[in-house]
Amino acid sequence: MPQDPTERRVVVTGVPRRTRGLGGYRPRTEIDEQTTLGHTYVRSLMRSQLLAGLTVFAVLVLLVGPLPLVFAVRPQNPGLVWGVLGFGVYPPLVLLARWYVKRAERNERDFARLVEDR
Amino acid sequence: MNQNYAVPAVALVVLATVLVGALGLRISRTTSDFYVASRTVGPRLNAAAISGEYLSAASFLGIAGLVLVQGPDMLWYPVGYTAGYLVLLVFVAAPLRRSGAYTLPDFAEARLESRSVRRLAAALVVGVGWLYLLPQLQGAGLTLHVLTGAPRWFGGVLVAVVVVATVAAGGMRSITFVQAFQYWLKLTALLVPALFLLLAWHGDGAPRVAFDEPAAFREQRTVRVDDTLDIKLAAPLTVTATGTVDGTRHHAQRLLLPAGTHRVERGTRLVFAPGDPVPGGDAGGSGMSTPLAHARQERPLYATYGLIVATFLGTMGLPHVVVRFYTSPHGVAARRTTVVVLGLIGAFYLLPPVYGALGRLYAPELALTGQADAAVLVLPHLVIGGVGGNLLGALLAGGAFAAFLSTASGLTLAVAGVLTQDVLPTRGVRHFRLATLLAVVVPLAASALVGGLPVADAVGLAFAVSASSFCPLLVLGIWWRGLTPPGAVAGMVAGGGSALLAVTATMAGLPGGGPLHALLAWPALWSVPLGFLTMILVSLATASRIPAGTAAILARFHLPEALYAGQRTAPREVQP
Repeated sequence: MPQDPTERRVVVTGVPRRTRGLGGYRPRTEIDEQTTLGHTYVRSLMRSQLLAGLTVFAVLVLLVGPLPLVFAVRPQNPGLVWGVLGFGVYPPLVLLARWYVKRAERNERDFARLVEDR
Repeated sequence: MNQNYAVPAVALVVLATVLVGALGLRISRTTSDFYVASRTVGPRLNAAAISGEYLSAASFLGIAGLVLVQGPDMLWYPVGYTAGYLVLLVFVAAPLRRSGAYTLPDFAEARLESRSVRRLAAALVVGVGWLYLLPQLQGAGLTLHVLTGAPRWFGGVLVAVVVVATVAAGGMRSITFVQAFQYWLKLTALLVPALFLLLAWHGDGAPRVAFDEPAAFREQRTVRVDDTLDIKLAAPLTVTATGTVDGTRHHAQRLLLPAGTHRVERGTRLVFAPGDPVPGGDAGGSGMSTPLAHARQERPLYATYGLIVATFLGTMGLPHVVVRFYTSPHGVAARRTTVVVLGLIGAFYLLPPVYGALGRLYAPELALTGQADAAVLVLPHLVIGGVGGNLLGALLAGGAFAAFLSTASGLTLAVAGVLTQDVLPTRGVRHFRLATLLAVVVPLAASALVGGLPVADAVGLAFAVSASSFCPLLVLGIWWRGLTPPGAVAGMVAGGGSALLAVTATMAGLPGGGPLHALLAWPALWSVPLGFLTMILVSLATASRIPAGTAAILARFHLPEALYAGQRTAPREVQP
């Protein structure tokens, strides 16, 4: 330990230089530089994410959409309405949400693997 | 309701809110803390805060009241409020967080590079926020009036003062703690009395008539009418009346009332026999439980689908919901937060139907006297009674007040954020505090002027407007490259504007009845497609105006943060 703090040695570091800049091809740079190919990559991610979202939305519509009609044609069974709307619909909603999050995160991981070229 | 118990409970909730807010204040240091809690709120805390903010008095008191009056079909409200988060999750949550914007106007400007779209979005956010705040303040006044006999304006002013104090002092960081705390408070306040009520119901032999349709009196019941009201009978009914019915005085006479509407003057006593169906009452529409009930009776299927569309698609555009997503650290956390929110909200919504069903069983006369919103508050007293009933009633009163406080603070924060950025001349924390005051004072003044606008009506209106304006903007903005500024403006004006006009016309009582009435009272079913179609068609017609940066912006919305970090143009951090 030097006595005088001004004498302390300081290591100056810079941003690590990219070693793969020219030689190795990386799809990542296509995205960074917004080339047509880069846009195609982003489009593919968007498409897979939209597909996951639309799948969940379609299941939701098929699940919930017919319910008012079912209740309307079966008015003699009020317990059905209480059971379904008071309790039954909530677990499927949470399950659908969990499925979507898993799917969306997997899409992003796959995409990262693709563009990081690993 | 025993006010010796209710007043300390409400006071305790207010005190705890201020204390938890102060706790957040101590660690709220920077401007970023102030607006977005430095974007470091983890999924669990953030989810509890979102849920705490979302579950308003309409959820805590209104749903049970609605179910009591109109039966289990009203359970579509909580289902829609919950499912709205699923739609938000799959289409909006992560890209919205990644957009890096703080408010909906920020999003609109970042996506479309247009000041005019921003201004329109800002106006709509402030409008929807005020529409939603108004009934919160009114409901607080009503609740405090029922609980303690305080004047009607007092509850609203109390909520306004507490909200301004916590929001202006601590901003987002302290509000996050306050609202997470209030979610658990509300859940406890509803859960514990529900368990005791169910035990009492079980001890009563678990009668199942609560689920029958329509609700009926189980035993001979005397109902005292405190305020003059109109009762509607679907079928002729025999009652014993003491007082004035349809302008004729009676004294303990048996009356055969034909089907139709009958006016019962105040002070009248009606005696119903066991098995009589509970007639519907209308005491001037001052409660939360009369959401356009007439249109619903005429066309129940259309009204139900209108409600489903409005709530499923409207949630994503509510200003106080959207602003919370910016406090997540990244898009993945925003998604996970939403899943937790779904679980928390779903768990909460299992409880109001219990109160609604027990209310139909033990307090059906509330439907008649137009006090159905008080059902949750008075049930412990009616069913359990004694000190235990009073204590549970006090717990519910505290929970109800927490509901007013949390939703009102969230809305105030969102509206104040937009006011600071888009209306007030300079930005900064001092102006944010001024905006907070402005955000609360306007609806407070309006509630004094307008008087009794039913809570569920105003809330439903906010959902319909949001679903037909912000939903197309968000969904098309995030997923469609072809959106143009003129398209966005036209779509928001056509969708949101027509929804607003339709419901305003209904409330003003313009169309008398028939199909047109139902069409205007539940506009979402046509105004949402109108908003989407207008936005798409006008965008296609003005394809030359697609913003130059569209591709880059969409890449930012959808690329995971880890990948995006390498890009040369770093995501714009918010410096409000």
